Amino acid sequence: MSKADTIILNLGYLDTLARADSPVHRLDPRAKLLTTLVFIVTVVSFDKYQISAMLPFFLFPVVMIVLGGLPVGYLLKRLLWVAPFAVMVGIFNPLLDHRVLFEIGTFHITGGWISFASILLRFVLTVLAAFILIATTGFYTICLALEKVGVPNVFVMQLLFLYRYAFVLVEEAARMGRAWQLRAPLRKAMSISTFTSLIGGLFLRTTDRAQRIYRAMCCRGFEGQIHLSCQLNWTWKDTLFLLSCCIVFILFRLTNPALGLGRLITGIFQ
Amino acid sequence: MSHHIVQAENVYFAYPDGTDGLAGVSFRITHGESVALVGANGAGKSTLLMHLNGCLLPTQGTIHIGDLPVTKKTAAAIRRTVGMVFQDSDDQLFMPTVFEDVAFGPMNMGLADAELHTIVMQALRRVGADYLQDRPPFKLSVGEKRRVAIATVLAMSPDILVMDEPSSSLDPRARRELIELLRTFKHTKIIATHDLDLALQLCPRTIVLGGGKVMADGPTKDIFSNADLLAQSRLEKPLSMQLG
Repeated sequence: MSKADTIILNLGYLDTLARADSPVHRLDPRAKLLTTLVFIVTVVSFDKYQISAMLPFFLFPVVMIVLGGLPVGYLLKRLLWVAPFAVMVGIFNPLLDHRVLFEIGTFHITGGWISFASILLRFVLTVLAAFILIATTGFYTICLALEKVGVPNVFVMQLLFLYRYAFVLVEEAARMGRAWQLRAPLRKAMSISTFTSLIGGLFLRTTDRAQRIYRAMCCRGFEGQIHLSCQLNWTWKDTLFLLSCCIVFILFRLTNPALGLGRLITGIFQ
Repeated sequence: MSHHIVQAENVYFAYPDGTDGLAGVSFRITHGESVALVGANGAGKSTLLMHLNGCLLPTQGTIHIGDLPVTKKTAAAIRRTVGMVFQDSDDQLFMPTVFEDVAFGPMNMGLADAELHTIVMQALRRVGADYLQDRPPFKLSVGEKRRVAIATVLAMSPDILVMDEPSSSLDPRARRELIELLRTFKHTKIIATHDLDLALQLCPRTIVLGGGKVMADGPTKDIFSNADLLAQSRLEKPLSMQLG
């Protein structure tokens, strides 16, 4: 199975997890969506050399994973798959930024390494939060929540279609890839010309399919707007969850409890 | 019950790239009839089906569904009368869950809440797929997808059912169940298919298309016994008739 194939199937698995039942699953999707957004924004807003202040933020994913009964190993493995993107973003920092920030013994720790670590940390926190959101809510329900909090219908529909047909598209691409492999058993990689005609073929198939789907929609009375039928139900628990999470995030952002705790401990020992 | 009548008069259609689709097709199908549409690949079956609910409009000639001619203006009304089941169920099931998908049509017709729920569940039960309601369509088997696709159409309570290759890529058991299911429908049915045994079991009447024209139109048994006609239209006698 190709890599893209497995990634998509795993997205499907995250969705399967969302059908479980737990206190986190039962929260209103809007509450989870907004909390995750606030979480991501606060984490991303840190200074580029910041590390210690970000550590307390791990409390959120840990609590959510425990309460939601999510498989930790699985989530971490998925995290590794997307990790190359984050590494690519930060990998040049150590080469470009030589300013020594502090020393441990004879080791000079430069700003580049610190900012690189900071990028990785941000990546782990934000992507993990997004995974948790999908695995406890489900992609469809997230789209529903997006619409209810005021995201224009057009964008929500784009997301829904993207998600629905990603599976079909990947399957089609995988079939074409397999057909190529069977007739080129000795080659490891496709030549550029084969690749472009394959992609071209895939594009044509996709436009054909889009046309058929549009027809199928018209046949069932589509007039430019898709309505989602599911009802959401906001309770005081959702308000409590959203407010307490936001307060904690902002508190963590403004104070740096890790540093405070460190000072406290060293203070006791002095 | 004139609104269940499907009438094509001298219908011509050419695709924008110049390929001929239909070259003078005429027929009249009355209320409650079950008609098979057979013919070689490229004979114009799918093109003709697309005309029956206004997805394509004839370049010449007319099609009437009941008293209404099929035009751009009437297409919306006609699509409520004519339910179309596509060949590839993936094209038809585009919503995130089976329930949402079946609800798509009725919601566009303005239904909501309890009424919507009743109609959707009725349609799903009708095809024996109510247990699938919360599943995402991409996780269903081909047979399940086909059932749900039929339910999406039934939920709009059409008078006429149009199906493109309903038995394609089904395993023998799923095919058998589909035939049994279709047999229970009282709608006017128009089924385009290469599965001549299915045609023989479900449709007393058959229209043979070839090169965009009607080559023959008559009782299914007579048509499938006519060896010359079958050879000419690149068809073969259904297996059940070969054995008999």
